Amino acid sequence: MSITWGRESAARLGMSRREFLGFCTAMAASMGLSAVAGEAMAEAILAPRRPAVIWLALQECTGCTESMLRAEHPTLEKLILEIISLDYNEALMAGAGHQAEAARRASMAANHGKYVLVLEGAIPEKDGGIYCKIGGQTAKAMVLEAAAGAAAVIAIGSCASWGGMPSTPPNPTGCVGAPSIIKDKPVVTIPGCPPNPYNFLSTVVHFLTFGKLPELDHLGRPKFAYSRLIHENCERRAHFDNGRFAMEFGDAGHRAGYCLYRLGCKGPETYANCPSILFGDVGSGSWPVGTGHPCIGCTEQHVGFEKPIHALAALAGQTPPATYPRIVEEQGQGATLASAGVLVAVAAAAAGGGGMVMHNIGKREAESERDTRREEGK
Amino acid sequence: MTPFSSPRVLRPSGEHSPVGGRLLTPVTAVLGLLGLVSLFILAVRLVYGLGAVTNINDGYTWGTWIVLDVMVGTAFACGGYAMTVLVYINNNWEYHPLVRPALLTSVFGYTLGGVAIFVDVGRYWNGWAVFHPAYAQPNSVMWEVALCITLYVGVMWLEFTPAILEKAGKIIWLRRTRKIMFILLAFAVLLPSMHQSGLGMVLVAFGDHIHPLWQTNYLPLLFLLTAIAMGFAVVVFESYLTSHGFRRPMETPLLANMSQVMVTLLVIFLCVRLGDVAARHQFHRALELNLQAFCFWCEVILFLAPLLMLMKPANRNRPRLLFYAALCLLQGGALYRLDAYLIGYEQVPGWHYFPSVPEILATLGLVSLEVLGFIVLSKVLPVLPAPHGVAHVNGR
Repeated sequence: MSITWGRESAARLGMSRREFLGFCTAMAASMGLSAVAGEAMAEAILAPRRPAVIWLALQECTGCTESMLRAEHPTLEKLILEIISLDYNEALMAGAGHQAEAARRASMAANHGKYVLVLEGAIPEKDGGIYCKIGGQTAKAMVLEAAAGAAAVIAIGSCASWGGMPSTPPNPTGCVGAPSIIKDKPVVTIPGCPPNPYNFLSTVVHFLTFGKLPELDHLGRPKFAYSRLIHENCERRAHFDNGRFAMEFGDAGHRAGYCLYRLGCKGPETYANCPSILFGDVGSGSWPVGTGHPCIGCTEQHVGFEKPIHALAALAGQTPPATYPRIVEEQGQGATLASAGVLVAVAAAAAGGGGMVMHNIGKREAESERDTRREEGK
Repeated sequence: MTPFSSPRVLRPSGEHSPVGGRLLTPVTAVLGLLGLVSLFILAVRLVYGLGAVTNINDGYTWGTWIVLDVMVGTAFACGGYAMTVLVYINNNWEYHPLVRPALLTSVFGYTLGGVAIFVDVGRYWNGWAVFHPAYAQPNSVMWEVALCITLYVGVMWLEFTPAILEKAGKIIWLRRTRKIMFILLAFAVLLPSMHQSGLGMVLVAFGDHIHPLWQTNYLPLLFLLTAIAMGFAVVVFESYLTSHGFRRPMETPLLANMSQVMVTLLVIFLCVRLGDVAARHQFHRALELNLQAFCFWCEVILFLAPLLMLMKPANRNRPRLLFYAALCLLQGGALYRLDAYLIGYEQVPGWHYFPSVPEILATLGLVSLEVLGFIVLSKVLPVLPAPHGVAHVNGR
C-alpha cells in the first residue's frame, strides 16, 4: 500500500501500521467494498487536513455517544477524535457554557459548507419546541442553523432518525426525527438504540473517502447496514424453520437457544445487520437475540418502542404452521389381547347367529319337503 | 307371471305392510345398547381427536372405520342399487316387492357409511367445503366419492318416502312423489355406479402402496361388479333373515329366480379378477407363503363357492344353499375390499395397524344401529312384502 505512515501517524493513532491497515480493510469489508477501498480509506484517514464535525445532542440519553466510545477495534474513540476534528460534542468536550457555544459557531463559520453535522436525539416541536433548549436556543432552531452550512447530515440513533423512544405515543413533547426538520438536503439515518458504532463509522469514512454518502434506502438508511431482515440472517433461524420455539423466558426451549419468535422477537420485521456484525467485539452471540432476548425492532419506526415487546412480529415471508410433524412418529401397535379378543367374540357371535339362521332355514326346508312328499303320497 | 308384473302396482296397492309387534324386545335392547356405546365412542373422537380412540397412524391412515364401515358397509348397502337396476332398468317387475326392504337396508348402510366418513375425517368441521362449488376439485376421485355418497344418501331417503307417506295416508302426496320418482331412480342408479367404481379408483391412486395381487387399472370395474353382486346377495341374506326373525314365510322362488343374475355376475367377476392377475404376470405372487397370498385364495374360494352352489338351477330353490351362497358371496366381497385396502396395503417396515377396542366397538355399534333401524322401521312402516303377496308367490 502506498500510504505515508510516519512516526507521528503511529503516535497520533496509537496503533501500528499493520493494525491500522487491518482496521481499514475490515471497515471496507463491513460495507461490502473491496480491499482497494480499504486503501483509499487509509489515505483519507491519514490526510493532515481533518474535516470538522459538529455533534449536536438533543432530546437523547447519550447512549449513541456511549456506544461510539465502546467501539473497541482498535480504541475507536481515539481514532474518531483524531481522524476528524470533533469541534463540538457536549459529552466529550472540555469547554462549557457560552465558551462552548462560541466555539461551535466559530467552527461552523470557518468550515461553512464543509463540516459534517451529526444529530443525536429527537427534536421536540410541541409548544414551539421549548422542551429542549441549549444556550437559550431551541433544538429545532439549532438544527436548522447547523444544517444550513453542513456538507452532510447524519442522524445517529432512532431518536434522531424518526423520533425514537421519546416519540412513543402519546409523544408528550411532539418530537420528530431530523428528516422531518431538514428538508433541503438528504439526511443519513443510522437508527438503532443504540446503533452499531461501525454502521456510523463506516458511513463517515465512506463520506471522507469518496466525497459522497453510501447508497441509502427510502428511509435514508445506508443499504450496506439496513437492507437485510434480521430474521433472514439470524443464527436461530433453523429453529424457526423447524418449529422449535422458546415459549417463555427460562423454559427448556429458551435455555436450549430456540427461536424467540413466540416471545415477541421482532426480527421478522426489522431490517438491520446486528446478527452479522454483532456488538462490542466480544465474539459470537453478542447481540440481543444471541443473548436470549427477543429483538425489540429498535431500528424500525412503528416497531421499536411502539409494539409491545411480547407482541408477535408480522411475518413478511413464511409463517410457521400451528403444528409440526414430530421427529419420531408413533408407528401404531399390533393386536392387543383385548382388541383381538373383542374381534374374535364379534366374529363368533356372527357365526353363531348365522348358524342359528341356517339351522332354522334347514328345518323349514325339511318340513316343506316332507309336506310335498306327503302331498305326492296322497 | 305374477300380479306384480303389471304397472298397476304404482298405486298404493297394499303390496307392503308393517310387520307390527312390540318394538322393545331383547334383540332391539341389545342392539340399542351397542349403538349407544358406539355413539359415546364417536363423541369422544369428535372432542378428543382420532388418536384418543383409534389405532390409525400416519402409516395406516385408514382403519376399520373407513375400510369396514365405508368400503365394505356401502357394498353391503348396494341391495337398493342392485334391485333398482333389476326392477326399473331391466323392467323385471316381479321383483318389485323386494325393492323396498332392500332400499331400507341401503338407506341405513349408506347413512352410517356417511357418518363413518364424517367422524374419520381429521378436520370434520371443514366438511362443508365438499359441497361448496368454490372448493370443488373435479379432478379428485375423493371429491367425487364424497359428493356422490352424500347425494346418494339423500336420494335414497327421498326414494323411501312413499313408505312413510303410505303409512301417513297422504295419498295425494304419494301420487306427486311417484310422478317425480323416475328422476330419483335415475340418480339412484347413476350415483352408486359412479362412487362404487370410484372407491376402486381411490385404490388406483394409491399406486405402489397396494399389493400387486390387488393393484390394477381394472379396480373400478371389479369394485362395481362386487357392489352389484353383493347387492343381490344382501337381498337374499336380508330376506332369509327377516323370514327367520319375523317368523314370516320364505321368499325362496323369487330369490331363486334372481340368483341367476348373481351367477352371471360371479362368472364375469372371476374372469376379470383372475384374468387380470394372470395378464399382469403376477400370479406367482399368489403362490407365495404369506398373509396376502392366503387372503387372495380365501377370496377366490369365497367367490367360487357360491358360483358352484348356484350353477345347478335346481340348487337355487334350496333355501339353505341359497342362503349359504349369499353368505359366501358377501364374505368374499367384504374380504376383497378389506384385502385391497388393508391386508394388501404395503407400508415401509415399522408401521402397524390393528383396530383398537373402541374402534371395533364403534363399528359394531354402527352396524347394530343399522339393524335396529331396519327392525323398527319394518315393524312400523309398510316395508316388507305383505304376507298375502308372499303367500301367493310361495304357493305358486
